[in-house]
Amino acid sequence: MAGKGRGVAAFTFNIEALGIGRGSMPEARVGPSPLFPSTDFKPVPLKAGEDEDYMLALKQEMRGTMQQLPHNIKPQSNKSEVERYTERYLKKSQIEDEDWTPDWNLFPKELMPQTKKPRAKAGTKKKPVKISRKETEAMLSKLDALAKNDDRNPEKSDDETEKKPGNEEEEEVEAEEYDEEDIEEENDYIDSYFDNGEDFAADSDDNMDGEATY
Amino acid sequence: MTAQEVRLCGLLLREHFGEVVEKVGTQLLRSGAQNLRTIIHETGLSVDLVKKSLMVLVQHGACLFSSGRKGPGSPTEYRSGCDRILRILRYPRYIYTAKTLYGDTGELIIEELLQRGHMTMSGTVKTVADRLTQNMEEGRSMDYSEVSSAFSKLVETHFLQRCPPLAGAGTADSTNPAPGATPATPSTPAAPPTPESFPDCYKVPHMTLVGRGKRQLTAEDGEDQRNAKRQKMDPEAHGDEGIYWQVNFERFHLHFRDQAIISAVANKLDQTSSEIVRTMLRMSEVTTSPAATCTKPLSANEIFRSLPASYNIPRPILDQYLTLLVDDPMEFVGKAGESGGGMYVVNLHRALANLARATLESVVQERFGSRSARIFRLLLRKRHLEQKQVEDFAMIPAKEAKDMLYTLLSQNLVQLQEIPKTPDYAPSRTFYLYTVNQLPTARMLLQNCYKTVANLIERRLFESKESKRLLEKSQRIEAILASLQASGAEPEQLTEVEEMITAPEKQQLDGLRLHINKLDSAENQVDETIFRLESDVNSTATS
Repeated sequence: MAGKGRGVAAFTFNIEALGIGRGSMPEARVGPSPLFPSTDFKPVPLKAGEDEDYMLALKQEMRGTMQQLPHNIKPQSNKSEVERYTERYLKKSQIEDEDWTPDWNLFPKELMPQTKKPRAKAGTKKKPVKISRKETEAMLSKLDALAKNDDRNPEKSDDETEKKPGNEEEEEVEAEEYDEEDIEEENDYIDSYFDNGEDFAADSDDNMDGEATY
Repeated sequence: MTAQEVRLCGLLLREHFGEVVEKVGTQLLRSGAQNLRTIIHETGLSVDLVKKSLMVLVQHGACLFSSGRKGPGSPTEYRSGCDRILRILRYPRYIYTAKTLYGDTGELIIEELLQRGHMTMSGTVKTVADRLTQNMEEGRSMDYSEVSSAFSKLVETHFLQRCPPLAGAGTADSTNPAPGATPATPSTPAAPPTPESFPDCYKVPHMTLVGRGKRQLTAEDGEDQRNAKRQKMDPEAHGDEGIYWQVNFERFHLHFRDQAIISAVANKLDQTSSEIVRTMLRMSEVTTSPAATCTKPLSANEIFRSLPASYNIPRPILDQYLTLLVDDPMEFVGKAGESGGGMYVVNLHRALANLARATLESVVQERFGSRSARIFRLLLRKRHLEQKQVEDFAMIPAKEAKDMLYTLLSQNLVQLQEIPKTPDYAPSRTFYLYTVNQLPTARMLLQNCYKTVANLIERRLFESKESKRLLEKSQRIEAILASLQASGAEPEQLTEVEEMITAPEKQQLDGLRLHINKLDSAENQVDETIFRLESDVNSTATS
């Protein structure tokens, strides 16, 4: 503050001690530094050799393989009703024989799917009918998994692991539990109002219970 | 866990395990130890997805769980660390090293274990034998015993280790006798036991596994399915259930460290000296602990006897080489005594520090020019210098020296140290000295490296996303071509299909592939720098 008003660039210490003269100051900044400043020295080119090429190939292979293993968990995609033409050629088959059944000795018990007795807090919330539904879901999902293994239906190539066939139905179950009612349906009408026959609603169970909760 | 590390870990998780695991992983990394409920609440994902992601993370060792802090009754807590996830960058290097040491079999074993996290020995042997059989010519198949012997060799040299059995958080392994000394009881929240604390860590289990690799028939998929299902239905017990193996990254890192030292000696001196250092390191592989500052002292007589037979150096020449190595300013080898013709040690920590210092110097040189590098090296050697002294010692004209020092200072590579003459720190009566601190500078550059790799990955994802339509089209055409070729088609049909990609599109595709390869290769090479800086930072932190 001693220099305020007297000189624009007045420093609180003797600038000569640092060896920088008054005239050799860099220019004042006029704004943020540029995002991609130009460099005086270009970077050294990458090492190229047999080893590097081999490791490059290894890396790309590993990335590809790990994306196909059941460890790679895909977010729930909206299954469009009609399978697009491109998808038939693009669907890389997931590695089949890896129905990943982990050794439960190594994992904490609470990570097991579809436990009969979930955490006590959530358990009291659920209705008893839903718990028994979970068992039927488990049976259905196991049957589905075996059926799918035989059929090798390309549409369902996402659901390779045992848990995955149960995933969809569980998602719907949880959608009903955690979301408000009616979010599932796009329209305001109750599904079973339009009784179109078997091909309309695959799980009549869901709709039955949907009615019951109203 | 810095922001750069978390960002890089997130990208790595996304590339290898999908976006769901990425969300859960970054949540764990950002907020420390949490229990399941909190994770579900914070990420907003469904229970099922979160559970699966946690299982994937635990399977690969990226996440540890323990009983909660409030006592045995509280829910299990999960915590994750950046280190394990950052190792994913180094997977190609591990696999390549295994290939150079143990051939294709070793390479495939390590690759399988890295992809799956942990597996039993029998499972690994079977899968690897099948894969090897796949690539062999018709009629030959790989015997399980060969693969098992390669596996045992890897365990003997400690490249593979057993996963530590669950200590208290769940049921212990009952099938095979778990190691007697389980450290922490559930009530004491000790640090998670390292795999090395178990005495059976490196013991190969007795396994009954005879057979040969099965060749996968590509003919009929339906039949394959049934075969696979049958295999699943009756799992054969091989006597090693419950024992899971994982890759021992520390051992690989020791190997890389030794390689770095040997190649540094070869570059600085000559091939023979590097052979001598290689012999010394080989002899002390088993006697040196991983965190040791230097190897156990070896006498010159022992070294002479253990030199490889192809190197026929007479004894006095060996002594001269050793003296040269000891006198070298890089201080790779030190003399620890006179008995037995001279006791010599390899100074591991000092070698690592010197390697990191060389990396720093080269970074400054490539970014700011050789004269700035000269100033930097000068400051590293002389520690504290005044402005005037810098100009004199570096033999650079004053104006330019000031400019360069100022640039280095603004980039935080050089720091100012004030030494007051009077208690009131009056500027006219204070010395201002320039100095370089190696450790903080190394840490800063390490963070820069993480940021670099994250940027490289993002750029690669951006490039692929931009040309997604083109990539899909080319994949589709390849699939069509493959199916046509498999069903036997005429060349005209093939050329017709190939022409569906126009020439400019082909050019674009080639350019894209070139870019992606470059970016990938750059990631691999930045990882080498990361390794060097990391090992120096870690070794300085522990010593």
